[in-house]
Order: sequence, then structure tokens, then C-alpha cells
Amino acid sequence: MRALVAARVAWLALVALVRRPRRAARAAGPAEDPRERRIVATPRRERLVLALLAGCVACAAAFVVLFLTGDRVQLEGLALGGSLAFLAAALGVAANALVPQVTEVEPRPRLEHPEEHAGLTGEMVDGVEGISRRRLLTAAGLGAGAALGAAVVVPAASLGPAVGDAPWETPWGRGRLLVDEEDRPVVADDLAPGGFLTAFPEGADKRELGSPVVVVRISPETLELPPGRGDWAPEGFLAFSRICTHAGCAVTLFRSPKYEPTAGHEPALQCPCHYSTFAVRRAAEVTFGPAPRPLPQLPLVIDAERRLRANGPLSGPVGPSWWGVRGR
Amino acid sequence: MSSLRFVDERLGAAPAARKALRYVFPDHWSFMLGEIALYCFLFLVATGTYLALFFEPSLERLTYTGSYLPLRGTEVSAAYDSVMGISFELPAGLLIRQAHHWAADVFVVAIVLHLLRVFFTGAFRKPRELNYMIGVTMLGLALVEGYAGYSLVDDLLSGMGLAIGYSTAMSIPLFGGDLAYVVWGGEFPGADSIQSRLYIGHVFLLPAAIATLIALHLALIVRQRHTQFPGPGRAEDRDVGTPLWPGYALRSLSLFAAVAAVLFLLGGLVQINPIWQWGPYEIWRGENGAQPDWYLGWLIGALRLMPGWEPVAGDATLAGNPFFGGVLFPVTIFAALYLWPWLEQRLVTRDPRRHELLDRPRDNPFRTAVGVGGFVWVVGVFTFGAADRVLVSLGFSYATQLWIARVGVFLAPVVAFFAAYSACRALQGRRSVAAPHRGGPA
Amino acid sequence: MRWLATACAVLALALWAAPHVAAQAGAEGGRALYLEACAACHGEDARGRPARGPSLVGVGAQSADFYVSTGRMPLADPDDQPVRAPPSYSRESRRALIDYVASLGGPAIPRVDPAHGSIAEGKALFTESCGGCHQVVAQGGIVPPDGVAPPLQRADATTIVEAIRVGPYTMPSFSEAQIDAREAESLARYVLSTRHPEDRGGWGIGNIGPVPEGMAAWLLAGVALLLVIRVLGKRAP
Repeated sequence: MRALVAARVAWLALVALVRRPRRAARAAGPAEDPRERRIVATPRRERLVLALLAGCVACAAAFVVLFLTGDRVQLEGLALGGSLAFLAAALGVAANALVPQVTEVEPRPRLEHPEEHAGLTGEMVDGVEGISRRRLLTAAGLGAGAALGAAVVVPAASLGPAVGDAPWETPWGRGRLLVDEEDRPVVADDLAPGGFLTAFPEGADKRELGSPVVVVRISPETLELPPGRGDWAPEGFLAFSRICTHAGCAVTLFRSPKYEPTAGHEPALQCPCHYSTFAVRRAAEVTFGPAPRPLPQLPLVIDAERRLRANGPLSGPVGPSWWGVRGR
Repeated sequence: MSSLRFVDERLGAAPAARKALRYVFPDHWSFMLGEIALYCFLFLVATGTYLALFFEPSLERLTYTGSYLPLRGTEVSAAYDSVMGISFELPAGLLIRQAHHWAADVFVVAIVLHLLRVFFTGAFRKPRELNYMIGVTMLGLALVEGYAGYSLVDDLLSGMGLAIGYSTAMSIPLFGGDLAYVVWGGEFPGADSIQSRLYIGHVFLLPAAIATLIALHLALIVRQRHTQFPGPGRAEDRDVGTPLWPGYALRSLSLFAAVAAVLFLLGGLVQINPIWQWGPYEIWRGENGAQPDWYLGWLIGALRLMPGWEPVAGDATLAGNPFFGGVLFPVTIFAALYLWPWLEQRLVTRDPRRHELLDRPRDNPFRTAVGVGGFVWVVGVFTFGAADRVLVSLGFSYATQLWIARVGVFLAPVVAFFAAYSACRALQGRRSVAAPHRGGPA
Repeated sequence: MRWLATACAVLALALWAAPHVAAQAGAEGGRALYLEACAACHGEDARGRPARGPSLVGVGAQSADFYVSTGRMPLADPDDQPVRAPPSYSRESRRALIDYVASLGGPAIPRVDPAHGSIAEGKALFTESCGGCHQVVAQGGIVPPDGVAPPLQRADATTIVEAIRVGPYTMPSFSEAQIDAREAESLARYVLSTRHPEDRGGWGIGNIGPVPEGMAAWLLAGVALLLVIRVLGKRAP
């Protein structure tokens, strides 16, 4: 709220600043001579500049002392900023009120030299006198330059590989155990209904884009998974890639209504960057926001020790779209 | 003076120096906006060099053992750890780091204000079209440079931003996937090669490119001389203003000191990017309310506004969804900026003459209306990017804001166009009593 | 001496029984309050009413305390998100209501001592499980289309742990197997610390990152520098 008040005050100051009352236009034409030279220095102004410079020195010394004796960021900023402000004031007073105020007139340089154009063209033409295949040679020269330029740029290809199948190649596969950030196995019963957690494939690099998944638990009767995924969500546990299919942010919101009429907002994973919303009952179908594709789903199975394991790879490529994202 | 003689005897510089000291700069406060940007850049290079001496551009993992207790024992990258060291252990480290980050934000503020001034006064007209395009290029480079800089730190917010950058690259038609893999050295998060590439881009390639363009930009201004507003004694063939020495030099140095003062005051008094509160990035982490730095806010707004559609032809996904908000939208804006001088000259004014005197916005109603409309479009998309905070603070439904914005960001620019056009026409109609020619704006 | 021993025994019995008796009395008073304030949505038998309110059987004092003490319940419209509000009843009445719901069975109010927790562990857990909705420094966030995960600076330690277990409204719930009592205390300790985040760099401007930072760049630096060039630069005549 304070910020809004400050903003309003600043805006009013700005408006007052920019809209000064207009002076009546003076009856003057281009013929009037605007040159002037006024001597404006007075001893008082000289003293003012000296005082300001002294202030600059004092603040600079204060900064050095503060720097050496402690860790007070605000005071250091005030001292250094203050020193520069005094210097700015001293120079400003000197410029506008101490040195002679001069207005001068200078003719603008002529830019065009049409009288030189013929001679210039002549020099260029002389330079290729006697050569018969001018056009061919010029084209060949330009072509050579282009070819060399292209050749020199080619090593840039080493900067990185082509996309290929990388977004489909993740550490997830049948039987892979889900672990948390401390590498402890995820036990199904640890997750309360309506809760969520982050998980990774056991033994894999957590920082690989396909690794992090988000596990949610909803009531199994409410599931509406697409055909073929009927057994992907045992006891209502669902897992999806944690990387948003819109722009790669981590999907870290779980809208988890405990009770139906909470304004019809069904359970959904949401992304904090641009608020893409993925309905978990329907395999992360996009219901709001700019995501173009659902989150890839990880089929789950609960093993004999009640730990969560993957029952196959992710259902689709991980991360944002590119030209070939629908190509497999 | 003996020092002048010293230089002249060795370099023969006296005539050039005399001419330089008498060089006349046209006066108007709005001409100093570009200078603010220049001084921000110099400040960034100076503070950035200092920070680079302590920053560790590596994503190698280690355990944080510094003085910020809530992160003790947490696994972080060496890059994050080094920035924590700068922020907590290095004397005045946090001051310089924050001043550097504020300078990046203010750098783009100044460029945008400067661009608006140049656009609405028609300063891009012949002979300055090329210099204008150099300026637009520098705006683009500044955005990339800032993004690269804050992404080096490997904190939660900037890590999320890198994932989005990767996905936006992937979404480009035909070659986007391979382009993203080339830049990242493979699938996101891309081993560690992305870190060294961001680093060399941020500390060398991009600053060198920007510095070269700044030098060209200034050289062209010196050669062509700066434009000026109409006024007494002003005409297309002459320059009226303050000579470099003493007035203009002192004024410029004063502005440099003032810019540095504002940046150090902010750097010490107003916190920016407190990475210890965000914590380190991992691909499975995210947080609500994550945003890019302000100058990329138009892109997050666009990405959030776009409905979840991707054009598909058979097996080929012609463009990923982020392409529309993350590539098509900014490319359209930048293309419009680049092409405008030529479009205006060919289609609107049909005026092939050289212009040294500036327009007031009202003098070219169509240009002003197009500029206002385009600005409203970008600002509308940008504003929607913060719609989540509007829900948290004011209770206004996000879904409702989304639907209003999807219509509004296209409707508002059209309305603004006509409003600006009429306003210009109306202001043109009001001639002041005395003058056959007009003075510049107040 | 025997009368002294008997008196002590009776006193001990009374002291042991008193809370139970008071609870029973409270529960009866609580039932009256329940019928007045809650039965319309949760049913006279507290087993819920379709499309209005869930069953309260088995939710326990833990859930009742969370909702009633923070003023989230009673709720006027069952489709609204329950939000923190000044509680509708006096402390005694709230106590009675909670006791009544507790009498239907379910977990007790958790005992939480945040000092037992580790702030580093709390921060890691919070980032992992909570920051996606509540923002990493608990400044609140949105759960589209129109839900709000509130800022948590006004929550006390008990409320925090109650919420973790209950999963109010559309918040997920976390069992003791997933987040044990000590981890819950760590989370509480971390959330309480967000009332005073480490703002070493100066004014925290809301601790939500680039949105207020951009506003500061324009409204503080931008305005200041515009003022500077207005003062320094000359105006057109």
C-alpha cells in the first residue's frame, strides 16, 4: 500500500515537472541574434561551490571510514551517494551560475557534396579500367566471401547437439524406484490424500530434465484417465513430469480441494510462471493457461513394501514444444 | 599553459582542441536523457569490473557455509556462493552489487525515455536514420545484457527465467529446438556450458558490442550535429547552444556525478534482488510471483496472455506456444521501430528533405498517434504481467483480468491512437497570438 | 490425617476432571452455537450437506481451531474462499465451538514450539512444498482462476502447523509421515521469520522481487534524474 501512495505522489511530481506553464511565445524570427555572453560569477557563488566541494570531500572520507570499520550497507550508500551528490551540485552550480553563460551560433556542416559525386564515380570506374568481365569477377568475389563466411561459422555447430530424441530419453523405466530429494524411497502411505510431493528416479541425475516428477494422491473414484492408462494410478496415486510443457518451469502448485463445491475447481497441478493448469483426474489435461500439451504421465505401481515404482517410461516428451515434439 | 604546449608539441592537437572546446551543443533538458543512459553504461562497466573480480562463474556444487544462517548447509552452485560472499562477506560488496543491478534497471529506463523523446520529436528523420537504428539496436542489446547478467547468479528467480528463455528458443519454427541445444550445449539445464557462455557474453561480447555502438552513435552525432527545437535564431542551417567549454562540459560532468549519486544511494538504501531470500535454483523448484527484471515484463505479460494454442501441420509443430509472446511480439515491436523512419518518409510525410529542427509531437499527428498507440499496446501487455499481484493485493480475479486484457490490449491502442490524433489536431488549432513561428515545448 | 488424604484425592480428581467437565459443558454450549452458526451448511448432525459444506466428523479440534480462530469460519457463502478475518465470536464462544467439534472425534490442536525447529530446514521445506503457492518468502501468491494463497506474516506457529495438516480450502495437506512434528516446527520457525526478513540491502519494497524493483527504478531513479536534468538543462526559449 505504501508503494502505491509513493507511486501516486511521484506521479504528481512528475506531471507538475513536465507541464510547466508556457511562456508566451516571443515575437522573434530566425533573424534575431541569440548570441550572448553573461558574466555571472559572484563571490557568494564561489563560496557555495567551495562549500559543496567540501561536502563532497567530507562524505568521501566518511565512506572510507565506514568501509574500514564495519558492515553498514545503508550508511555506506548514503556516504558514497552523498559525496557524488555534492560533487554533482558543485559542478551544476558552476555550470549554470559560476562560469560565463554563453550562447553561441555555429553553422551546420554541409553533408551533401553533389559536386564531388561525378569525380567519385570516375575514380571508382578508373580503378577497374581494362577489365572485361567486371560483373563475373564481382559476383565471384562476393560468392567467395559468402562461402568463406559460411565455412567459418560452421564450427558453431559444436556448441551443442541436435535435439534428436533427447526429450524422450529419461531415466524412467519399468521398475525404477521413486525417491525423494534425500534419496529415501517414497512410501505410498506417507502421502496424505490431497497431498503432493516431488520425486526422482533412484540412482539417476536429479538435474536431468526428465528426472523430477510430482506425485499427487486423489480419491481413486474420481479418476477419468484416458484408455490404456487405467492401471497407471493405483489407489489414486498419480505421477507426472514436474517440468511444464509450456516454458519449462517447475510445476509447483497443487490446487487440492477437499470438498466439491469449492467453486468447481477440480484438483489440478499448476505452474507458477504463466499459470498453466493441468487437471490431474484426466491425466494432466490443460484446463487454463498457455500450456499446449498435457504433462507427460508416469505409470505407477505400488510394490510389496508399499513403495512407489514406475511401471514404464513417461508417456511423452519432457519439457516445452519444438518443431519435432509431435514427431514420435 | 605548459600542459597544452606539451600536448601540442607531441600530437599537433592545438587546432583540433580549440575547435572541440568551441563545439556548440544545442540546449534542452530532454537532450540529456541519452547522456543518462551513457553514464549508466559507464557505471555498469566500472562496478561490473569490480564484481567480476569476486564472482565465480561456475555451476559446480558446494555447501554454503557463509554467515546467512537460513542457507547454512544448503547445496548451492559456486556462482551463487560467490554472490552470497559478495553480499554478506565482502566490505561494501552488497552496496556495489545492488548499485550495479539498479544501474541496469535505470539504464533501460533512460534508453526508453530517450527513445520516446527521439520518436515523438522526429529526430530520426534524414540524415539520422542510421543513428536511430544504432540506438534501437542498443536497446535490444541492453535487454539481453541485463538478462544475461542477472541469470549468472543461479538464484531461484533467474533460474526460472533461463528455463523460459530456453523454451522460447525451442519454440522458434524449424530450427528452434537445435538452436536452444546449441546455446545450452544440450537439453536444459545444459551441464555447465551455459554458465560460461552467459559469462563471456555478459562481461565481454555484449559490453564490447554496446561500447562500439555507443562510440559510433556519438561520432555520428558529432559529425551531423545534434538536432534542436525551433526558436530564436534557429534555422535548419545553424546550431545555437552552449559551447563545450566551460558550460557544457561542466554540465555533463555534473550529470555523470548525479547519475552515480542516485545509483549509489539506491544501491545502499533500497534492496534489489535479495538472492538469499530466493535461495538457489534447481530445475524442480519454483515459486509463485516470480518475475523477470522490469524491462522483460512485457514478455511475461505476452506469454501469460497467449491462449494455449500451437499451429500443427501433420507431425510438425510449426511454432511452440511461447513463440508468439516471446519472439513474435518483441520482433514486431522492434521491426516497427527499425522501419519507422522509412515508413514515415515513404507513406506518411513523403518528405525527402534533411531535418535539423525538431517537431513538437502535435506537429505530426499521425506519427504521434502511432507512437502513442504502440506504446499503449506494449504498456498494456506489460501491465498484465503483474496481474497476479493485483489479485493478491486487490482481490480482482485473475481469470477475469485475463479476459479483459485479451481484448483490452488490442482495443486500448486503437482508442489511444484516435485520442492522440485528435489531441494533436486540437492543439495545432490553437495558435498563439504573437508569433509567426513557435517556441519549443516548456 | 485421613481427611487430609481424602481431600487431596478429591481435589486431584476434580482438577483432572475439571477440563473434561468444562469441555462437556462447553461442548453443550458449543452445540448451541454450532446449530446457530454452522448447521446451515454442515448439517444439524455435522455430517455435511451436499453442495454446501463438508462433514465435520473426525476433523478434530485441529481443524476447528484453525478455521474458527482465524475467523475463516463461519463463512457466509460456501462458494467463497475462506479468508482470515476478525473472528465472529468471543474467545469463550470459540472455545466452546471448537470443543463441540472436537467431541465428534479427530486430531487435537498440535503443540508447536518453533524454537525446536531449524530455520535452515524450514526454509528448504518451505521452498519445496509451499513456495509454489505462498511465494518463497511467504508474501502470498495466486492459485488461478481466482484463489489466493495468502501472505503468512499474521499466522502464529499453531495456525501454521494446523494448516499444514488440514490443507484448508484448496491447499494440499501433509501427513506426519511426510512432514513430521519437528519438520513442522522448522516450517513454523521459518514462516515466523518472514515477519522480519533479512533486508540487509535496505528497504525491502515488499520482498516480492522485480515488480516493485521496476517501480522504484521509474518512480525513484527516473523521477530523480528527470528533476536533475530539468534543473541542469536549459529550456527552449
